Amino acid sequence: MEAYYKSKRTSDRIKTSLSYGVLTIIAVIFIFPFIWMLSTAFKIPSEAYTLPPKIIPNTFTWDNFVQGWQYADFTRYTWNTLIVTVLATLGTVLSASFVAYGFARFKSRYSGVLFTVVLATMMLPSQVTLVPTYLLFTKLGWLDTLKPLIIPSFFGGGAFNIFLLRQFFKTIPKDLDEAAYIDGANAFQIYYKILMPAIKPALITVGLMSVTFHWNDYMSPLIYLNSDQNFTLAIGLQFFQNSFGSSQIQMLMAVSLITVIPVLILFFIGQKYFVQGITMTGIKG
Amino acid sequence: MKARINGIDKREEKHFFLFISPWLLGFLIFTLYPMVFSIILVFTNMDMTGSGQFVGFANIIRAFTEDPLFYRSLLNTLYFVLVSVPVSLLAAFLIALLLNQKLKGVGFFRTSFYIPYITSGVAVTLLWGWIFNAQFGLVNYFLSLFGITGPNWLSDTRWAMPAIIIMGIWTIGNSIIITLAGLQDIPEALYESAEIDGASSFVKITRITLPLVTPTLYFNLVMGIIGGFQIFMQPYILTEGGPSYSTYTYMMHIYNSGFKYNEMGYASTLAWLLFLVIMIITQIVNRTSRHWVYYDN
Repeated sequence: MEAYYKSKRTSDRIKTSLSYGVLTIIAVIFIFPFIWMLSTAFKIPSEAYTLPPKIIPNTFTWDNFVQGWQYADFTRYTWNTLIVTVLATLGTVLSASFVAYGFARFKSRYSGVLFTVVLATMMLPSQVTLVPTYLLFTKLGWLDTLKPLIIPSFFGGGAFNIFLLRQFFKTIPKDLDEAAYIDGANAFQIYYKILMPAIKPALITVGLMSVTFHWNDYMSPLIYLNSDQNFTLAIGLQFFQNSFGSSQIQMLMAVSLITVIPVLILFFIGQKYFVQGITMTGIKG
Repeated sequence: MKARINGIDKREEKHFFLFISPWLLGFLIFTLYPMVFSIILVFTNMDMTGSGQFVGFANIIRAFTEDPLFYRSLLNTLYFVLVSVPVSLLAAFLIALLLNQKLKGVGFFRTSFYIPYITSGVAVTLLWGWIFNAQFGLVNYFLSLFGITGPNWLSDTRWAMPAIIIMGIWTIGNSIIITLAGLQDIPEALYESAEIDGASSFVKITRITLPLVTPTLYFNLVMGIIGGFQIFMQPYILTEGGPSYSTYTYMMHIYNSGFKYNEMGYASTLAWLLFLVIMIITQIVNRTSRHWVYYDN
């Protein structure tokens, strides 16, 4: 019996170290591209195009960041991206929670049907509505402005977010609302004074996912923005690559790195919430 | 009594509509109206200015009989989906299995796998363009260590799509986390009783883990298919669909038809055809799912 446990312990130990080995190799594959980006961003041109490639450059330089940033109006692009990201996230969090509160707390003859419609819109691929939406924004005179990237977020904040926040509202006992009603609070006050604070982690989750989505979004800016002064970082980066990228890889990597860093910082701060959000995605299925 | 109840119901209904009104408006303006409009567009040759005539089934006929790029882009996209979705699913499952053990530092690994997903945008796509650089890229350097001369990835018709698939597989972080959540829902007691019966690790994985995680795998599969058919940014930035249309995806064809060639009617037709293809495929997957997805109830 003792021999059995001993052999089992040994095999467990082998299994554990094997797992660590495999996980480390995979982690390196996942992380290495970023290290490569970092290293290229600090290289002088001659060293960027050298074989064998060096991870730690012989000559460190900041020039790529400074020059790359000046090649195009990246300050402007960052500002635009920031405006879009902040406002669209605000719209998403506010309107998704508002609507979710309606679905979670108030009954109507139509609530079942309408919630089914919410769920159904999650399945609809965006390209089906792409062209008419574009024509609509053209008619409204929103073309080549940041409006198409911001304003739709204020109309419900996306079916998935509504669904997610509704689930959260449902976990909070209704007695809480009722007590507040008796104290004379109205539905609005209950929404923002009692329920919103109660689901703060969920709101942060939705907010963070919205930030990364809008910061990285490429398709909408590509379709709606034409002039340089309105570009977001995603479009600006592509524009930069088309003009200089293939011959100035060290600059391209430097500028790319700058645009990735805010997302990375945000991720490390809010890691818990990101994972929560993704886990909840799976529960839906 | 009845009147009062009705009164309360009415007030509640008013509240309901008040709070859902942002969504309801958004749904009418940004979903329902564009959908209806989009169906009408299928039968017109409308352009960006909104002028055009009724053309009947001409757009649909054109897609099937006069547009070789329709088939080409559809096949390219199918190629992408058929390779990347199963590989991603399997890789995510295996990595999640490793992460599901009681190991120290699991958080670090989870973070490493998740970062590519969270940063996936133009910057990271450009990074991959550099990694696949034929002469100075990391991939070919790595291959050269084994004496292999790597291809001109992004400018070789045989290798451009595989390169884009590899890049796609690199961003499986979210499926890993979703699968991991599914694995953690499996009751520990099942494994314990299997252990008492003397089941090996392999038996435990194939008889307990795999069946119980099938709902999660199914979710990842369907989302992977829907997402895969919409692949656009990576090939558009890295290769612009080339070389010789080898990475020209269906979504790119929609984009070009509408926004480059100013044929909104035709672009809408292509969009609806894609919707049909996605519907048919997910329906097939759904039908087969009852044979392999394990449901509790």
